[in-house]
Amino acid sequence: MSSNENKRLWMYANMVKSRHFEDLIKPAYFEGKSPVFNMAKGPIPGEMHLSDGQEPCAVGICAHLREDDVVTATHRPHHIAIAKGVDINAMTAEIFGKKGGLAGGRGGHMHLFDPAVNFSCSGIIAQGLGPAVGAAMAAKLSGSDAVAVAFLGEGAANQGAFHEALNLASVWKAPVVFVIEDNSYGISVSKSDCTAVERNAVRAISYDMPGHHVAKNDPDAISEIAGEAIRYARNGQGPSLIEIETSRLEGHFMGDPEGYRPDGEVDRLRELDPIPKYRARLLADGFEEADLESAEQDARNIVERAFSFARENQYPEPEEAYDHVFV
Amino acid sequence: MSSSDKPISAPPAERRLTIAKAMSEAIGQEMERDSSIILLGEDIGRMGGVFGTTTGLFDQFGKDRVKDTPISETAFIGAAVGMAAGGMRPIVELMFVDFFGVCMDAIYNLAAKQSYFSGGKVSCPMVLMTSVGGGYGDAGQHSQCLYATFGHLPGMKVVMPSNAHDAKGLMLSAIRDDNPVIFMFHKALQGMGWLGTIAGSITDTPDDDYVVPIGKANIVREGRDVTLVGLGATVHHGLEAATRLADASIEAEVIDLRTIAPLDRQTIIQSVSKTGRLLVVDDDYLSFGVGAEVIASVCETGAGPLKCPPQRIAHPDIPIPFSPVLEHFVLPDAKKIEQAVLSMMKDEK
Repeated sequence: MSSNENKRLWMYANMVKSRHFEDLIKPAYFEGKSPVFNMAKGPIPGEMHLSDGQEPCAVGICAHLREDDVVTATHRPHHIAIAKGVDINAMTAEIFGKKGGLAGGRGGHMHLFDPAVNFSCSGIIAQGLGPAVGAAMAAKLSGSDAVAVAFLGEGAANQGAFHEALNLASVWKAPVVFVIEDNSYGISVSKSDCTAVERNAVRAISYDMPGHHVAKNDPDAISEIAGEAIRYARNGQGPSLIEIETSRLEGHFMGDPEGYRPDGEVDRLRELDPIPKYRARLLADGFEEADLESAEQDARNIVERAFSFARENQYPEPEEAYDHVFV
Repeated sequence: MSSSDKPISAPPAERRLTIAKAMSEAIGQEMERDSSIILLGEDIGRMGGVFGTTTGLFDQFGKDRVKDTPISETAFIGAAVGMAAGGMRPIVELMFVDFFGVCMDAIYNLAAKQSYFSGGKVSCPMVLMTSVGGGYGDAGQHSQCLYATFGHLPGMKVVMPSNAHDAKGLMLSAIRDDNPVIFMFHKALQGMGWLGTIAGSITDTPDDDYVVPIGKANIVREGRDVTLVGLGATVHHGLEAATRLADASIEAEVIDLRTIAPLDRQTIIQSVSKTGRLLVVDDDYLSFGVGAEVIASVCETGAGPLKCPPQRIAHPDIPIPFSPVLEHFVLPDAKKIEQAVLSMMKDEK
C-alpha cells in the first residue's frame, strides 16, 4: 500500500474505532438510568457528549500529527482523543471513574488528559485555544518543529478567548492550527441565530492568517486542507484557521430531547453518515473488502478490550480524592 | 405584595412546584407586570433554559424580550449592565456558576461597582441566575458552588433558595431590587427530570404575588441543643440529620440562610445564644468559606456562652472529583452532619 493508502485506511479505521467507542458508551451510560433517567446514576454519571458524525474532523487533522504535536480538544473529545492516540484503556477507565483512568477517575469524560501523547480537553468553551498557542510557542522557542492544534466548536468562535488567541498566535507567528468543528448547534442555539458571519473561516482575515473552509464532512477533503495548514505551521509560516462543516448525529448530551431540531433533520444527517460513505469510496477506489473488514475488526477489538479493562478495573480509594491538588 | 416566611416543612397543599417551575413562574408574572424586564442567556429561548428556568417564556413574550445569546458571556453580561443603566431590568442566565470564570470582570468589576463609581446615581437592577452544586458526576468544571467567591466581593447581593416557595419569593425580590443580585439555584433541588431532586425542595408555592426578603434567613426547624446553618441542598441534609438526632433526644435547630450576602447574622446569633452549639454546613470549598464567615460572625459578637467550639463541614479544598466514590466521599451529607453533632455533644466542656 502507498503511504496515501495507508493514511486513508488509518483514517477509516480510526473513524470506526471512534464510532464503536460511542456505540459502547451508549448502553453503558444508560445502565442504572432507566426507567427513570437520572444523570447521577449508573457506572458513568454526569453529562456525556458523544462525537457521532464528527469523526472526519478528528482523523483528517490527526492524520498529519506526530506524538509530540499538541492537541487541545473540547467537551466532546472522544473522537479526537482516539485519533491522537490517547491510551484507550486508560481513557475508558477514566470515563468509568476508575483507578486506572488517565487521572485516576478525578476528571471524567470532559477532562481526558494524556501528556504521553500531548492531548488534553476541557469543559469550558474556547478554553483550549490559549494553551494551544502556548504549546506552539514552547515548541518554536525550544527549536522543535512540533505544532499545536486547538479544536473548538462553532459556538466557541463567539467567545472572546477565540479572538484573543487568534490575534496572539498571529502576532507571535505561532505554529498552531485552529480547527472549528461546525456542527451547526451550540447546545440548542443554531449557528445562524448567534453568529454574525455565515462562515467563521472569514474571521481569519481579521488576524492576518489563512482561513480555510471545508464544506464536506469528508476525511479526504479535511486531510488535504489540514496537511497544508500543518505544513505551513511546521515550516514556521504561522497559524491558520480551518472551519469544517460537520454534523452532530446525537444530542448535545445524552438525554437531550433535541426539541430544537427541525423535523427529520437527524434522519437526513444520518443518511449522510460519513463512515459508510467513506467505506464505499474506499471500495470504489480499489481497496479490498477484506482489508476494510480486517481494519474494522481490529478497531472493534481494541474498543471492546478497553471497555473490559475499564469495567474490571477497580475504583480508587475514597481518600485518593485528596491527591494531586498540587504536584 | 406581602412578605411570606413559611417554614419549608409546611404541609403539602395543592400547588406543589419544583424550583425550576417556581423560577419561571416568578419571572413570567413579573414580565407581565413590568415591560422593562428582558431575559438573556444561552439556551433560554426555545429550549426554556437547560435547567428549566425560562420554560414557556419565549412563547409567551417573544424573541425581543427572551433572547438566546451567543456563547459570549463577557459581551452579554456587560450588555446587561448597559441595559440596566439605560432603564431596563435584565435577567441573565449563565448556565453554570463554573462558567463565570470567562466573564468575571463584567460581574465583579462592572456590575458590582456601578453604584459606587457613580456615587449612587446609576443603578444596576439585574438578576444573574446560575446553577450550582455537584453530586451527579459532572466533575470539576460543572459542579462548583462558589458561594464564598460571590459573597466576598462587595456590591452584589447573593441568594439561593432551598425550595420552590422561597425560589419564587426570592426571584420576585431579586427582580425588584435596584442592585445586581446573583440568584443561585442548586442542581440537586431544581426538579429537572434528568437530575435527581431532593423531595423537600418541591413545596407549596402560592400563585399570587409575594416576596421572600433578601437578607433574611429562615428557621426551618426549631431546637434547643445545636444550631445547624445551611443553604440550598445542605438545608435538606441538615433537616434529615435533625430527624435522626431527635431519635437520640438531640434537638437541632436548622437555619436556611436563603441569602449569602448580605448575611443575616442576627438570626444566627440569636439561635446560637439559645443552643450554645454551632455547626455550619455548605458544599462550597471549605477555606475562607461561608462556614468561616458564619462562625466568625458568632465568635466576634461573644454570643453564647458556647458549650463547644463551633464546627464547619464543607467540600474540602480540592477540585471536585468525577468518580462517584471520590465525589460522595468529599461532599457533605446528613450522615456527616449527624456524626459531627454527636461528636460536639460529647466534646462539650
